[in-house]
Amino acid sequence: MEHIANIETAALDVKQIRKDFPILQELVHGKPLVYLDNGATTQKPLSVIETEARYYEEYNSNVHRGVHHLSQVATNAYEKAREIVAGFINAAQTHEVIFTKGTTDGINLVANTMGRRFLKAGDSVIISAMEHHSNIVPWQIACEESGATLKVIPINERGELRMDAYEELLDDTVKIVAVTYVSNTMGTINPVEDIIALAHARKIPVLLDAAQAIQHMSIDVQALQPDFLVFSGHKIYGPTGIGVLYGTTEWLEKLPPYQGGGDMIKTVTFSKTTYNELPYKFEAGTPNIAGAIGLGAAIQYLQQVGLDKIQQWEEQLLAYALEQLRQIEGLRFIGNAAHRSGAISFLVHDIHPFDLGELLDQQGIAVRTGHHCCEPLMDEFKIPGTVRASLTFYNTKEDIDKLVAGIKRAVSMLR
Amino acid sequence: MTINERQEEIKSDFEIMSNWEDKYEYIIQLGKDLPLIAEEYKVPENLIKGCQSRVWLHTELRDGKLYFTGDSDAVITKGLISLMIYVLSGHTPKDIASSDIYFIDAIGLSSHLSPTRSNGLLSMLKQMKLYAVAYQAKNNQS
Repeated sequence: MEHIANIETAALDVKQIRKDFPILQELVHGKPLVYLDNGATTQKPLSVIETEARYYEEYNSNVHRGVHHLSQVATNAYEKAREIVAGFINAAQTHEVIFTKGTTDGINLVANTMGRRFLKAGDSVIISAMEHHSNIVPWQIACEESGATLKVIPINERGELRMDAYEELLDDTVKIVAVTYVSNTMGTINPVEDIIALAHARKIPVLLDAAQAIQHMSIDVQALQPDFLVFSGHKIYGPTGIGVLYGTTEWLEKLPPYQGGGDMIKTVTFSKTTYNELPYKFEAGTPNIAGAIGLGAAIQYLQQVGLDKIQQWEEQLLAYALEQLRQIEGLRFIGNAAHRSGAISFLVHDIHPFDLGELLDQQGIAVRTGHHCCEPLMDEFKIPGTVRASLTFYNTKEDIDKLVAGIKRAVSMLR
Repeated sequence: MTINERQEEIKSDFEIMSNWEDKYEYIIQLGKDLPLIAEEYKVPENLIKGCQSRVWLHTELRDGKLYFTGDSDAVITKGLISLMIYVLSGHTPKDIASSDIYFIDAIGLSSHLSPTRSNGLLSMLKQMKLYAVAYQAKNNQS
């Protein structure tokens, strides 16, 4: 008889994959770690840890300026990492990849330079009601300083963007649309193709915050055509303190420099400075060399595992988690989008999320509690915060079962 | 009882609890049982806004001693607050200002006093001490 593949069987060998992540073997409060806080940061495979260590052990040196051997080796590795990132998101040019400190840094770069050069009183900036503070505050600052107005796309009760309202907000005053690809709190996947198409029809540039998307789905910037896209290394299994700002050559050329310093200049005299070409124009000072090389290793690891396989397993896992959590009496989801990824936010009865998170922690289960840096979103739902479990490809159904059992146990203690 | 005698009492209460469930059940019970603050004092000016849970603190000076009442919307925080209030309430500003609060650490809950926990407990302790210092300064002037 022909063997029929079980649809539940993962194409990924998760058991094997978990061995690549040393931290997943750790105990917390004497119990095996169940790590469900991947939306905050992801764990690192050994290859990333070793790549970064190797840099410091074997060829630590400053980039772009040294004539000596080690500087050449470090520069090559750093620029190779840029190529890996460019290839990963399919950027048309390698110089369209700017290394930043992270998502927040990338958004600040665009908001600050855009504000200085292109925003004035009477203009407006569009964000959405589900943005992380990192994609709210830099725009508020830019608007305050320029006299422009901040407009917010509302959401429906399921936690999805109201596209009809978005279309109404688009007018000639809008100078940029900055929205998240995936909500860090509810996991909603936004219809970014439509968001971009509608903005582009009016020649308005779009910045996508891909901090919660890049590790879950394949992104091709030439197909999607955002004008800017930002993400963080540490959320895609890479080191902390490194991130990426992708921008089209056209826009990156148009924006003025952000920070001044070494590496971003061609010549300096006290009367005039000529700025360096892309990407260096936006990389002032010694960059996070180790971080960039580590990020390159993280992306290579992902490519080796296969993003399509990862996505497939994560979708199965998410469906399983939603189904299992739904069985818990008194549990309600915050955000119930039709298209979602990664994060699940919920509350149980009237239990405060902090209490639930605390008792889950005692059982070795790491979740996030609080407002997830999305206070306006919490105000929208009139809640103090949520408990958020955020999944990734090294999580297992057993992790979900432990979460469910952990919640039940916590609830029985709290009620 | 002095502040330290009360801390020692709590320490020995917790020593007989062998596992985390007992410890947390006890704290949760404290949080549920104690009516900590009169409703009229649950006003914004008494609110210490932590990132995770909200904490209210009200202070009164009677006969040279400080009396605290408080509350939180999270029951575990509320339980810990009641312990904190039990230890510090009813003492002179001088004693409170110079006290060393070690019982949270001794019962294995030091993480609750870490700024990263942001449950409002640390802010509340700081606030209690600030009041004590302020009343002390006021006493010294008069």
